[in-house]
Amino acid sequence: MPQSNGNSTVLKIDGLTKFFGGLRAVHDFDVVIKEGELVGLIGPNGAGKTTIFNMITGIYPVSSGKVDFKDRTITDLPAHEVTHLGIGRTFQNIRIFPNLTVLDNVRVAYHPHARYNVFDGILRSGRFGRGEKEMTERAQEFLSVFGLDEYQDSLAANLPYGEQRRMEIARALATEPDLLLLDEPAAGMNPGEIVELMDLIHFIRDRFDLTILLIEHQMRVVMGICEWITVIDFGEIIARGTPKEIQNDPKVIEAYLGSQATRG
Amino acid sequence: MKLRSIPIWVQTLVFFLVVAVVVYVAFSQGVLTEYWQQVILAGAILGISALGLNLKYGYTGLFALGHAAFYGIGAYSSALVTKDWLTQWSGSPVGGLAGLLGIESGFIAAVAVLMLIDIGHRRRALRERLMELISPFEATILSTVATILVGGAVLTVVGGGIGWLVRRIVLAVGPSVLAALPAIVSQQVVFLVALLAGAVLAALIGFLISLPLLNLTYDYLCIATLGFGVMTYVFFNNADQLIPTMKGARGMVGIPRLTTWPWVVAALAVALIVMRNLIYSSTGRAILATRDDLVAADTMGINTYQYKILAYSIGCAFAGLAGGLYAHLYAFLHPSNFTWLKSVDPFVMVVFGGVGSMTGTILGAFSFVTLLEGLRVLPAELIDWRYVIYPVILLFVMLFRPQGIMGTNEWGFLRRPRVEGKKASEDAAGAPERAPSEAPASASDS
Repeated sequence: MPQSNGNSTVLKIDGLTKFFGGLRAVHDFDVVIKEGELVGLIGPNGAGKTTIFNMITGIYPVSSGKVDFKDRTITDLPAHEVTHLGIGRTFQNIRIFPNLTVLDNVRVAYHPHARYNVFDGILRSGRFGRGEKEMTERAQEFLSVFGLDEYQDSLAANLPYGEQRRMEIARALATEPDLLLLDEPAAGMNPGEIVELMDLIHFIRDRFDLTILLIEHQMRVVMGICEWITVIDFGEIIARGTPKEIQNDPKVIEAYLGSQATRG
Repeated sequence: MKLRSIPIWVQTLVFFLVVAVVVYVAFSQGVLTEYWQQVILAGAILGISALGLNLKYGYTGLFALGHAAFYGIGAYSSALVTKDWLTQWSGSPVGGLAGLLGIESGFIAAVAVLMLIDIGHRRRALRERLMELISPFEATILSTVATILVGGAVLTVVGGGIGWLVRRIVLAVGPSVLAALPAIVSQQVVFLVALLAGAVLAALIGFLISLPLLNLTYDYLCIATLGFGVMTYVFFNNADQLIPTMKGARGMVGIPRLTTWPWVVAALAVALIVMRNLIYSSTGRAILATRDDLVAADTMGINTYQYKILAYSIGCAFAGLAGGLYAHLYAFLHPSNFTWLKSVDPFVMVVFGGVGSMTGTILGAFSFVTLLEGLRVLPAELIDWRYVIYPVILLFVMLFRPQGIMGTNEWGFLRRPRVEGKKASEDAAGAPERAPSEAPASASDS
């Protein structure tokens, strides 16, 4: 596995806290992710993993704490600006654009880089033609990388579930991120698909020079591909380390299996 | 020659022209009575308005009810301009036009300056700077007050200045330019400018109210836009306090009858082309993505708030354009034609024809008008049953075809342009490496 050269920090989170009314969903979360790392974030249901993602990407406002992305503070930046800076993500319950074609789903991601404006579009100027051609070609290249080219013209809603997941990842990568946040990519997949997914994650990390932060429930995925793991429960960090260390950590086992469980 | 080999836009154009010419001949030869002529004109005009609503509701997913208000704004403002040309109610033949263009250009200039200095970012930067000195609450208040002050100053100085300048220029140059043209031409030129100015005013007012309102969704947006519709209605009712010639609740009279079939059909064509080109562009995809999934669109780097405002304003412009044509069709404007209840009519057309279908919208508009008016052939004692029969028809459509007549299908030129698949040769030569997709079955169990 090619370990990326850089030691530069991509994501640095410090004291991140989120209150929903009186409920403390995330408390004093911190993490430092370096370039090229593949990091896992795990924890039982309701531990606050997705809330952390939503705070990083600007979907939820932060109650307190700080998020730095490549030496820039992005706390409370609107979601679309976070994307422009280079953070892409997928969602736990897939969020595709069901009434758009597969090609258009990917082309949407290129919209912020479109080389023509709304007037060019309405008047069908030369710039529209060139910009549209470029966008389409790049999107089609993405689709063929992900083996989705045959579905180009079908509505995203009509894709099989696994292909929808792939398309969502393709779409997130089309925003040209440096850091990719994957929220339970293996949810609802069968064992065969999970192996496929693990290969896919390695593939995109190497091909697109990505740093990846991954939320996952499937222990096989997390233990199989993550370089190190942070475990949270009830919004607080309970353990951090390599997959081996995590597997044998009593606190983690307690969080997942309950205190009555015996080890072994 | 096979039909297939003719480009789809040529086919559509021929069809559209044939229909337009046939109707024109029918009009001028007196095949259709005056009454049915008006019904057809009204159908096309309502079609334009309903297209605007479909852009807001069907394509952007904004459940907005105040459409008739923008229809009224376009109607009244364009009527003020053309009436001025005839009766000089403002004291000058272009007084109304000069005022309208002054307001519009001043407003656009002020907004352009505010966007240029990126006032939103400046406010946030100021707030962050202040937070180091004072509490977040105080910083928010102070930065907001500063923003409002700057915005007000820009609006007064830049907007007021440019608006005043444009108004003076139009007042000074307008009459002599228009006098140089033959009387028939100048009349039509004034009409065209009035229609466009009405549409732009509707768009600008739409833009202004969408700034606070489009943070709302669903029912909340519906209620808020409904409130705006009621406000506009009350304004029209009392407009004579501001501009006496609008006559308030007595109804505005003396508007020249300028709306003819060529005007209406040209406006409809322009509206359809603008809409179609907008939807099938990157901007259109951003708008559709906003409708399909707001959060996902945001994470695609799309400023969804901005695109909702854009779509809403363009939708309002369509309503304004239709309103202008309406005003010059009946030559009489009464506030009761612009109550919020009238906002429901375009909804009926859109839902009947197909939410998110341009073809369906036009079909819906014509069906709505011809059904309502066509049922007048019923005997006199049954004529009031029209309002029972058409809802029943609507009910059956909703029961048996809830997606509307066309669903999201389109016809001809309005269909989504086909995208060529990736060339096979390209794939073969130096193809990008493919992601692993076929997992060996044996690896699935460990």
